[in-house]
Amino acid sequence: MAFDGPTIAETLRRQGISRRGFLKFCATTASLMALPPSMVPAIAAALEQARRPSVIWLSFQECTGCTESLTRSHTPSIEGLILEQISLDYHHTLQAASGEAAEAAREAAMRENHGKYLLVVDGSIPLGNPGYSTIAGVSNLDMLKETAAGAAAVIAVGSCAAYGGLPAALPNPTGAVPVSAIIKDKPVMNVPGCPPIPVVITGVLAHFLTFAALPELDDHGRPKVFYGESIHDRCYRRPFYDQGKFAETFDDEGARKGWCLFKLGCKGPVTYNACATTKWNQGVSFPIQSGHGCIGCSEPGFWDMGPLYKPLSMPIAPVQMMVGAAAAGGAIAGAAMALRNRAAKQSAQAAHQKVTVADLEKAK
Amino acid sequence: MSNLELLTWARGPGLSIALAVCAFGILLRLFEIFSLGRKADLSKAREHSPGSGWRTIVSRSLPPPGLMKRAPVTYIGGYVFHLGFAITLFFFVPHIELVRGLTGLSWPGLPTQVVDIAAVAAILALIAVLASRLSNPVKRLLSGVQDYLAWLLTFLPLLTGYLAFHHLLIDYTLALALHILSVELLLVALPFTKLFHTVSVFISRWYNGDIFGRKGVAS
Amino acid sequence: MPSTDSGADHGNALPILNEIRHALARLLESGETSVIDLGALPMGPQDEAELLAALGEGEVEATISAGGPSSVRETAFHGVWLLTHRNEAGETLARFIEIAFVPELLMSQAEDVADSAAALAKKLGQAQNS
Repeated sequence: MAFDGPTIAETLRRQGISRRGFLKFCATTASLMALPPSMVPAIAAALEQARRPSVIWLSFQECTGCTESLTRSHTPSIEGLILEQISLDYHHTLQAASGEAAEAAREAAMRENHGKYLLVVDGSIPLGNPGYSTIAGVSNLDMLKETAAGAAAVIAVGSCAAYGGLPAALPNPTGAVPVSAIIKDKPVMNVPGCPPIPVVITGVLAHFLTFAALPELDDHGRPKVFYGESIHDRCYRRPFYDQGKFAETFDDEGARKGWCLFKLGCKGPVTYNACATTKWNQGVSFPIQSGHGCIGCSEPGFWDMGPLYKPLSMPIAPVQMMVGAAAAGGAIAGAAMALRNRAAKQSAQAAHQKVTVADLEKAK
Repeated sequence: MSNLELLTWARGPGLSIALAVCAFGILLRLFEIFSLGRKADLSKAREHSPGSGWRTIVSRSLPPPGLMKRAPVTYIGGYVFHLGFAITLFFFVPHIELVRGLTGLSWPGLPTQVVDIAAVAAILALIAVLASRLSNPVKRLLSGVQDYLAWLLTFLPLLTGYLAFHHLLIDYTLALALHILSVELLLVALPFTKLFHTVSVFISRWYNGDIFGRKGVAS
Repeated sequence: MPSTDSGADHGNALPILNEIRHALARLLESGETSVIDLGALPMGPQDEAELLAALGEGEVEATISAGGPSSVRETAFHGVWLLTHRNEAGETLARFIEIAFVPELLMSQAEDVADSAAALAKKLGQAQNS
């Protein structure tokens, strides 16, 4: 990524940060990117070369929760440092300019950094009718195609951009689709979650900034460093699952003792995200630690994946009525078969002709 | 279709269809079997033998003398499989949870380590009886497609359940989905194959015992 | 909402302590240092307190003022250091356990030493000229 201007190491140096401070920055960045501490020298070497990339952020059918999540991480912190190192050239929710001035900024950033800028998208794209969601009179679909054309890579932030999310939940009234359904000729990375963990958003931005490339992705296009393991496998309550100790209700003794929430519908075993280790609000807690099961918000189509409070091994819909009806149907069909068999027997009996020895003699 | 969507289908429409087919089939066959009836036995009973049917249910569940020597694999494999399968099916806590969710009935489960041993024993026993079926010329001659199908349909839930429980080889979500789907296949096939013996075994044993009792064969 | 559970022993600290034990053996045998990122491990509310209590407090404590204060503290086990990196606002950014004779960050870095040598030479030159 050949952006102009000083490298990140040079920028930090100009700010009077020592090599020791730089190494601390690299160590905390490694932790942020969920990379092992042994990667620190590689990160240091990469940051020596890395230059400030231009970022364009587009918001489509979304609730601004993802941007809220990102800005909540934006206390003066490592994330702040990261964001100072990127050039956020367009984000219509955050930027001061609006209307034509804002669009001019987007077009200028696209022109100046053609083929090099990073495109971040939150929200899904309605295909039902272009008028469902527009920005400055441009439909989401057109703006995405136009902006993605010159991007080096696209990051779909949040479950809406990654999978369609809430707008795409049944019956999907706007015909919402994720970014990956439209952009096929660029690397697209999904950073799902409702919202994604703030430091995961900044972590993937840091990864692009550091290595000028997207990290390794899983089958759903998610970065493996953050989405490589299930919540269940990284949960601090996992030992209780293995011991068979479960909370039965939200206020029983098991719940107070912090036992496993599987029976209360926790989706941890089928959900891949970093919540269990990265946690939320500067590492304070995450849903399971707060006593509520995981709802699986970073998995495709989680809105339509059955009740939140039913265990994963349980049926989604009540089956008793249907099974009862089927059993009654079986009984009726069985009775019908019985009548048919009886009729067949009777007709066989009626058609039965007795044969005597004399008859046989005659037949000879 | 993602793994989670597959699991959702298996837990939702898939389960409803499988249970409905199974319930329909069982009722259909029971009605048919019972309504066929038997010709009235006009001969006088040889010996007064009340409870002969009930005793046969027990006695036929015990190994007859000599079988251990004649068919050790069938004998040991059969017992180990049926016991292991029953323990896994009825005493694994998530299975009890499922029954409780469907019917409200529940009973205490066994520790997962015990269930684990039972499941492994059942899997090994199934492999052993299949090997014996294939290597023994008489058994091979007697076996039809339905026998191998029944074996496969029984084996798959055990295998996928084991993989899911131990997080082996495949992703847990997929393993759980495949486990539930394999059980659904078993449920659908159960009323219409030899697997129906899970329902009819004690009925036919009682009948055999009773009829032989009348004919003077003590049970 | 912080954690709702209280006092349960999840036993997640024990594997980390064992990892530290192996790292100490490696340090003695080959001089290889190890770093454990505490942010990457599953830890319940009691696990962390349990881990820190097990490690105890040692003889050395230092503060690094570079891009916010970082505390470096040797635990009761020599060679096992607890590093806490904070930003200017005092918020914790990352925490590591480093198994080393001296943590890397406590040592002066060659680039900084070179800068300092030049700066000192310049200062002395100015003093002589004036």
